[in-house]
Amino acid sequence: MQLTVWTYEGPPHVGAMRVATALRDVHYVLHAPQGDTYADLLFTMIERRSARPPVTYTTFQARDLGGDTAELFKSSVRDAYERFKPQALLVGASCTAELIQDDPGGLARTMGLPIPVIPLELPSYQRKENWGAAETFYQLVRALCLPLAPPPGTVREPRSADRRPRCNVLGATALGFRHRDDVREITGLLEQLGIEINVVAPLNAGPSDIRRLGEADFNVVLYPETASPAAQWLQRTFGQPMTRTVPIGVGATRDFIREVAALAGVEIPPALLQGDSRLVWYSRSVDSTYLTGKRVFVFGDATHAVAAARIASEELGFKVVGIGTYSREFARDIREAAARYGVEPLICDDYLQVEAKVAELQPELVLGTQMERHIAKRLGIPCAVISAPVHVQDFPARYAPQMGWEGANVIFDTWVHPLMMGLEEHLLGMFRNDFEFHEGAAPSHLGSTTARSNPTEVVTAPAVVELQSQSGEAAGEPQVQPAASGPTWAADAEKELRKIPFFVRGKAKRNTERYANDQSVAVITVETLYEAKAHYSR
Amino acid sequence: MSGVVEHLVPATAVFPSAPSIRTERGQREVFCGLTGIIWLHRKIQDAFFLVVGSRTCAHLIQSAAGVMIFAEPRFATAIIDDRDLSGIADANDELDRVVNQLLARRPDIRLLFLVGSCPSEVIKLDLSRAALRLSRSFEPQVRIRSWSGSGIETTFTQGEDACLASLVPDMPSLPAEAPTSLLIVGSLADVVEDQFRRLFDALGIDNVGFLPPRNSQELPAIGPQTRYLLAQPFLADCARALEQRGAQHLPSAFPLGAEGTLAWFAAAAALFAVPQERFDAVMAAPTARARAALQPLREQLSGVSIFFFPDSQLELPLARFLSRELDMRLLEVGTPYVHRSHMAPELALLPADTVITEGQHVDNQLDRCRASKPGLVVCGLGLANPLEAEGIATKWSIELVFTPIQGFEQAGDLAELFARPLTRRNRLVV
Repeated sequence: MQLTVWTYEGPPHVGAMRVATALRDVHYVLHAPQGDTYADLLFTMIERRSARPPVTYTTFQARDLGGDTAELFKSSVRDAYERFKPQALLVGASCTAELIQDDPGGLARTMGLPIPVIPLELPSYQRKENWGAAETFYQLVRALCLPLAPPPGTVREPRSADRRPRCNVLGATALGFRHRDDVREITGLLEQLGIEINVVAPLNAGPSDIRRLGEADFNVVLYPETASPAAQWLQRTFGQPMTRTVPIGVGATRDFIREVAALAGVEIPPALLQGDSRLVWYSRSVDSTYLTGKRVFVFGDATHAVAAARIASEELGFKVVGIGTYSREFARDIREAAARYGVEPLICDDYLQVEAKVAELQPELVLGTQMERHIAKRLGIPCAVISAPVHVQDFPARYAPQMGWEGANVIFDTWVHPLMMGLEEHLLGMFRNDFEFHEGAAPSHLGSTTARSNPTEVVTAPAVVELQSQSGEAAGEPQVQPAASGPTWAADAEKELRKIPFFVRGKAKRNTERYANDQSVAVITVETLYEAKAHYSR
Repeated sequence: MSGVVEHLVPATAVFPSAPSIRTERGQREVFCGLTGIIWLHRKIQDAFFLVVGSRTCAHLIQSAAGVMIFAEPRFATAIIDDRDLSGIADANDELDRVVNQLLARRPDIRLLFLVGSCPSEVIKLDLSRAALRLSRSFEPQVRIRSWSGSGIETTFTQGEDACLASLVPDMPSLPAEAPTSLLIVGSLADVVEDQFRRLFDALGIDNVGFLPPRNSQELPAIGPQTRYLLAQPFLADCARALEQRGAQHLPSAFPLGAEGTLAWFAAAAALFAVPQERFDAVMAAPTARARAALQPLREQLSGVSIFFFPDSQLELPLARFLSRELDMRLLEVGTPYVHRSHMAPELALLPADTVITEGQHVDNQLDRCRASKPGLVVCGLGLANPLEAEGIATKWSIELVFTPIQGFEQAGDLAELFARPLTRRNRLVV
């Protein structure tokens, strides 16, 4: 049993719904109690879909449990088939139906429907949403493509020279973080390389499209979280190689172009690698100088977190001070990335632990999910969202991909926007007691409603109180209090410390105390403060 | 000299003209009772709601709350995992550990609800026994109670019913010879509660308690001289628990709209034999305000047809209000459940030919809805955008649960909720 306040991922059947809803002409019959239909609103409200998800719920009640829930399931399947006339049917159970063990797959198979019926076994008490999406997509691909597979061991024939190379684009689902726009950006990029798009799946693909997956020369895996198992099976079964690079950021997009060109056997048009992303010049322009070394904390699904860390570090000149993911399945990728940036990886789906980490690190920018947006808001730290879990704001009306050249533009704008602008930041440092330009003020372009940390709120929020007692200086305002055995602060030194811009104050305080400890200084004076500063800047 | 107030609405019995109720079964597009936690945790300000359930439960509450508005909410989920199911871990030991962890984090909590879910019911995890066991360790500091918000047992607002019922045994006892007291039952927005208190004061009825209280330490007392008046229409189990404590039901229409609110206060006034003159004097101004607020909205909504999908059990009183005070045309009134005796005063006021559907088969109901070409549809969030995309105006039903709509001063606001989607459609030219 795990105490959970907010969850990063829903249950695995919600992952299955994301695949089913992305597809055309597929219906999902879910053995589930009344109430599980809440999942429909994720799609109709958050994503503003104009149609109900193609899901029929059996919605059994307590009185059904004594009777025949299996018969209820079968009649739901029959009705759903009659009403929606899908070309393929997914069947499965939600967490409660899993416990009553009706075997939806077995029941549906005995019904002799004239369409493929794909049973989904999604263990709700072990697995989560992304796993459920990946498993569903894999089972669907396997069920529909296996009859068309060449005999095992068949070597794939090389593409004839008069045919353009063809690829599938895999992984985009309903309710995905910018999936719709990423697909448009990347299919455009592939077409510029002279590559034909065979099938995009699951987004907007029907069963007949899925059956054609084997006709491509290779697979582009946009989202490993949802597409990896299917792509690996296609590789084994049809001999289709798959891409490993996710084209988020300028560098990754260039790597992706090289990787794809190699798989496709095409020349890269020289101009293409230069790309037309404004990020490159914007980042080099002088007014971006103030971005240098900004301390960022990165958290999200592994794919987006790894990509964000690379952009932050290589393309914006930030310093990655922490990286983590809630996807345990991809923990290795995050550990590797963390090693690259010399930080501790945080592999965890406990929102409170992530919050404690952010409070401890005191980054100047948080790149996270909607959860971290919350954490950052409470701690008064600017934040940009880089990954699911999603919110209605993550489905903007405008074209806003994360991938490719335009994705890099979007990322530049989105990440820089919450920050204080360069000169403003300097003025803040110079005139610390200015009555309207104090550290509680929001960046001038963000308006007064987004004012930084509200001290009362922080103090009254119990979680933060607890964090403060643990780390001594968790939220926003470091408290100048002596550690139990550590040095104490003289009044003038404490006053001087407050003149240091708040976003580096915590670090200055820590360093000074460490320095004082090392030098066996009992009382920290203004002198100690500047000696420590000199010591650590060497 | 005028007499004392009599009920404006005859109380019980089924009337020959009352509409008939059709029951249907099939897929239900409704929330489970856990959803009630979203408003209950704001209402009872020192209570914490710990759902013992699955990741789905946690995800539901998070999603139904729409946005994560509260820094650290007073609800959480103890997510059952494989180890609990396979018996590797003893589910009760695990629950004790989680509760200890939680209460250590939140020393401000005075009342902890263990809230049952579909999985906890199916694996027969006995939360009432767990609550008893944990109470021994934590009382008097923290009271621990349990109720079920599972989808297999409860529909949406029935969660509040179960929650309030779990509080009834803790209500202090009044002696048999205590004077008559009035108990208002059902969560109301604080602003509405305050308005109602002022009106009761003005009527000279000062022996009034409210369940749930804003603070768990202030549970109202109850005894054989207590009459309970329902402020919400979904409180069947709670009513039964109150009756077991000796309280008696005071039947009335529900306080929605000017007419409903007037009838509701009349029921209380009749009980306390308030002189008719005083009643009229107290009610005159707010009734007039409510009617004045409704007048322009009646012009807009009059003749507009409306179709209700089942959601909160508020549907019958709302339909009565819309039909009688705003002159809307009722096409079908879907409701999850009709409590025949609590609803008798409402049924008596509805047009005799009203089509009432209890339960749901969502696909068939959608067919009927489309065929009836409604001017406005009241439905849940899963259906609203798809219907809008088909060109049908909708009103989210959940807003009717989260908005102060009861009482005289809110009658206009309530009507405005139905008018707004139509106003908006008229305004847009894209």
